Amino acid sequence: MTTSPSSTGVEPAESDYGTHPGAAANRIFKGLSTGAGALILVTLAAVATFLLVEAWPAFTMSSAELGETVSFIKPDNGQSLMQIIGYLVYGTLVMSAIALIIATPVSIGIALFISHYAPRRLAQTLGYLIDLLAAVPSVVYGLWGVAILVPFLEPFFQFLADYLGFIPIFAPPESGEIFTGRVAMAAGIVLAIMILPIITAVSREVFLQTPTLHEEAALAMGATRWEMIKMAVFPFGRSGMVGATMLGLGRALGETMAVLMIISPGLTFSPNILQPNQHNTVAGYIALQFPEANSMGVNSLIAMGLALFVITLLVNMLARWIVSRRSEFSGAN
Amino acid sequence: MSKRIDINNLNVYYGQFLAVEDVSLSIEPKSVTAFIGPSGCGKSTFLRTLNRMHEVIPGARVEGEVLMDGVDLYGKDVDPVTVRRHVGMVFQRPNPFPTMSIAENVLAGFRLNNKRVSRSEADELVETSLRGANLWDEVKDRLDKPGSSLSGGQQQRLCIARAIAIKPDVLLMDEPCSALDPISTLAIEDLIAELKDQYTIVIVTHNMQQAARVSDRTAFFNIAGTGKPGKLIEMNDTKVMFATPSEKATEDYISGRFG
Repeated sequence: MTTSPSSTGVEPAESDYGTHPGAAANRIFKGLSTGAGALILVTLAAVATFLLVEAWPAFTMSSAELGETVSFIKPDNGQSLMQIIGYLVYGTLVMSAIALIIATPVSIGIALFISHYAPRRLAQTLGYLIDLLAAVPSVVYGLWGVAILVPFLEPFFQFLADYLGFIPIFAPPESGEIFTGRVAMAAGIVLAIMILPIITAVSREVFLQTPTLHEEAALAMGATRWEMIKMAVFPFGRSGMVGATMLGLGRALGETMAVLMIISPGLTFSPNILQPNQHNTVAGYIALQFPEANSMGVNSLIAMGLALFVITLLVNMLARWIVSRRSEFSGAN
Repeated sequence: MSKRIDINNLNVYYGQFLAVEDVSLSIEPKSVTAFIGPSGCGKSTFLRTLNRMHEVIPGARVEGEVLMDGVDLYGKDVDPVTVRRHVGMVFQRPNPFPTMSIAENVLAGFRLNNKRVSRSEADELVETSLRGANLWDEVKDRLDKPGSSLSGGQQQRLCIARAIAIKPDVLLMDEPCSALDPISTLAIEDLIAELKDQYTIVIVTHNMQQAARVSDRTAFFNIAGTGKPGKLIEMNDTKVMFATPSEKATEDYISGRFG
């Protein structure tokens, strides 16, 4: 066999080995997908730049001067820009944590029921219903929360406060204050319902993809359904479940309307989730103050937005780290 | 440790579809029984009825009896989970748990029955099971590495170690070498020959040379056509089956004239 055309003296016919049908489409698709990937980076960079540039004046102005310019910043009352950001980040994290603590086990339970327990037809119906839950606008959740859920929850909160009030987080409002359900706990519960569909949907998909091979390995050793789930489904779906939870957390952190409508807001580092006028979220606060804010006020609000952006980023990085920690043992290899 | 199995008039259905029709045969303890036959003849399906693994497939059910030392596996009070703790299974493709280390894989089944296992007990079981599966020398220095880091043949022996760690009465093997190279296949076949001193082994294989090499008894299954149920054509000592089968269909299949 000859390897170079020169040795035979015959030039290869270029038309035979040159272009082929599909080459152009391949190049176009490569360009499109690269472009789409780049677009994400550009958008992210643009948002980050906007936040930094717009927040800068508020960060650099002295606290006293900012207090004079912006109506809602009161350094003398312990509400300087940095303090407000602290309160809001705290409030956001508290409510998101309540939402996650409630929603994650419930979602994973529903997802498991759909993927491994329910008869096929019931599973499908349930799947649609859960997806439908995701389609409800957050304003509607807010209205429903205020009108139905909060009055419904009040007796339970009262019960918690009466019998578990000795635990700081369940401490009742001080005597004299009216007991109300419009507290961080109620907002957390509504957030939990709002993030339930996304966590359920993603976990369900992950659970359904568990290799039959591994499920059968567990069952053939005499594992019960639950033992099989612990042995094969959860380990395989672990990173997916973390991802699903983080998606839910992302929504909970940024949720505005429902929280704004439900909670009776306040700015403190209070651990008492059954007391009104203690907490607010970053997004809720921005929405509340934005209509009245002057130009420096807007800069201050954007500074708060930047803080939200940063914690969301940190949460995502944390999730990535959790997922990658034992990647050697992941289902991927 | 090893039990005999008698199957009487077993029919297997997928929903309304009759997949395997009227099989009666006996499997001797401490021997290797091979099931051979063309694809789709129901031999794997039939194998799965011996530890009720077919029940994992929606709509699958059986009629008839499977007697393990006289006890009907389909009796009223029999829990399939318990059946599977007595009848181990090795699958076509190696399936160690990817999230577990080699040692954890071996212990996985054992831990189902024994929640608390002392460290020394666990170490001992890992060693005896891996030695039993002829894998100990190859993995003893990396027991904490994931099971998926092994080669295909090693993974399959790990699965065998995992199956024998729970000390089953019977070991079912569903084409255990079909995803392996010839050297790994030989290792598994040697292992089967050793394991039959202790266990009743049933193996499904597409490879007739393999059936001839490893088994004591051979059962030939066949199917009349697509949509028809699989049937047991004949069963006999392997030597007889491969030298002088009594059925024409068996002879045709073994000599490669069809299937």
